[in-house]
Amino acid sequence: MIESLILSLTVFALATFIGHSVITKVPPTLHTPLMSGTNAISGIVIVGALVAAGMTDSALSQGLATAAVVLATINVVGGFLVTDRMLRMFRRRERPSSNDPDNS
Amino acid sequence: MTDQDYINLINGSYLIAAVLFIVGLMLLRTPATARTGNRLSALAMLIAAGVTLVDRNILEFEFIIGGVLLGAVIGVVLARTVQMTAMPQMVAIFNAFGGGASALLAGSEFIRLADRGDVPEDAGATIMLGTAIGAITLTGSLVAAGKLTGWVTQNPIVFPLRNVVSGLLGVVIIAIGVFLVFEPINNEIMFAVLVGVALLLGVLLVTPIGGADMPVVVALFNSYSGLAGAAAGFALDNNILIIAGALVGASGLILTRIMTRAMNRSLVNVMFGGFGASGVEVSGVDGEVRPYSSVQAQDAAMMLGYANSVIFVPGYGLAVAQAQHELRTLADLLQARGVEVKYAIHPVAGRMPGHMNVLLAEADVPYDQLYDLDQINRDFDQTDVAVVVGANDVVNPAARDREGSPIYGMPILNVDHAQSVIVLKRSMASGFAGIDNDLFYLDRTSMLFGDAKSSVGSLVSEIEDL
Repeated sequence: MIESLILSLTVFALATFIGHSVITKVPPTLHTPLMSGTNAISGIVIVGALVAAGMTDSALSQGLATAAVVLATINVVGGFLVTDRMLRMFRRRERPSSNDPDNS
Repeated sequence: MTDQDYINLINGSYLIAAVLFIVGLMLLRTPATARTGNRLSALAMLIAAGVTLVDRNILEFEFIIGGVLLGAVIGVVLARTVQMTAMPQMVAIFNAFGGGASALLAGSEFIRLADRGDVPEDAGATIMLGTAIGAITLTGSLVAAGKLTGWVTQNPIVFPLRNVVSGLLGVVIIAIGVFLVFEPINNEIMFAVLVGVALLLGVLLVTPIGGADMPVVVALFNSYSGLAGAAAGFALDNNILIIAGALVGASGLILTRIMTRAMNRSLVNVMFGGFGASGVEVSGVDGEVRPYSSVQAQDAAMMLGYANSVIFVPGYGLAVAQAQHELRTLADLLQARGVEVKYAIHPVAGRMPGHMNVLLAEADVPYDQLYDLDQINRDFDQTDVAVVVGANDVVNPAARDREGSPIYGMPILNVDHAQSVIVLKRSMASGFAGIDNDLFYLDRTSMLFGDAKSSVGSLVSEIEDL
């Protein structure tokens, strides 16, 4: 019992450190898409909600889980789509000016 | 397939999904790769959710299919129709749904286990945690979205002892939670009370916070929605929930820290300070009228048209006036004349982290012209003209030079270091912090009064005539 909790905490701690090091490298320009994108990722609870919504031991439990499926799906589908919509707008300069050193 | 094969399939897929999430976030390092990154994350989600459907505990698919279809339709409609200026409230609402989903999932798990008559204590503890964080995130984010939209007053709603009341509610949540961990059976009513108190606490935590501080709140709840998911993962002993939740939790915390630093505030001060009510010292040089110079569009256009380098400093006033497209037209004209154009973006220029960058990207401004605070501040010294559009406190040199000023220490854009400065503004009124801006009274500064959209528009037509 406590063994699996410690294992879970290990995973949580390591993932937090990875998250920290990866996300500090995201430039401020992309912070809004970062927020909406990570928001979609937090819709991962859909994984738990799908299983719980398919279990029939308690009607109340099943109902709550189905509501969780709806909210999590909005989060996942809406979050990834709106992030894609924003990222599509980020464009480089179309006609590079002649004195642009990046262009040589 | 044996049970072990089946467990290996699920865990293997979760491993692939976790790796894809992390690689997806790594690709957000540059705008050029970011779109691929987002797609990888979406693929990871599809794999994780898809493989879950082979779970043998699933006996009925009707509710699953119905729920997914309903959620997907709502999600598509929201994502397609939202205006870019409304992105902060959109993210706040998505945060609310994420928190709500975690709370519902934790609740569903609690009731299922309690019905069976066996709620292990560690599962019980993480269920209480996930429920409380999820419920607070749900109502807190909805109030934040309301404030950003204007449905709820932007002003801080404060009442005496509000922090004591919030603290007491927190204690009540912990007390009920601990009780339920040890006495989970036949106590569904207590569980409902816990949910109710947590929902109320979410409301009370956000109502005292002013509209201008909402970026911090939205970033913080972004973090909470991840932590609520991780807590649900502990309860279900599910690694992908824990990993994804931790990634989101870390991201939200980093953004919260960036925003509080840019606003020169501590998180405690934002959350519990009741900004606006505590009384910002308007260090009023009362009655003193300081001389400033104003300029007409024609003269301002001459300055811009014959400059070598120009930096635009957009603030939220630009977005309010919907003048992004006009500004880009102006920049295009200047570039066609051989003027070097850059945009300087302060972290709090929009209503959420990175918001101004999205608004300018929508107006077809190339992202390699957008510079953040650290990148651009040295460039002002070599710049002919800095143009401030709808920004105020973030260009106030008092933050750098005047130790007594309420905004002292706040990182600012060093606009006053440019050869000359043009400020587009409606009037001489002070900004959100209520502080006079020394920048406006410098010899090198010219004020161009008027609505941002029409001022930029007249600059465009004057430069066309040069």
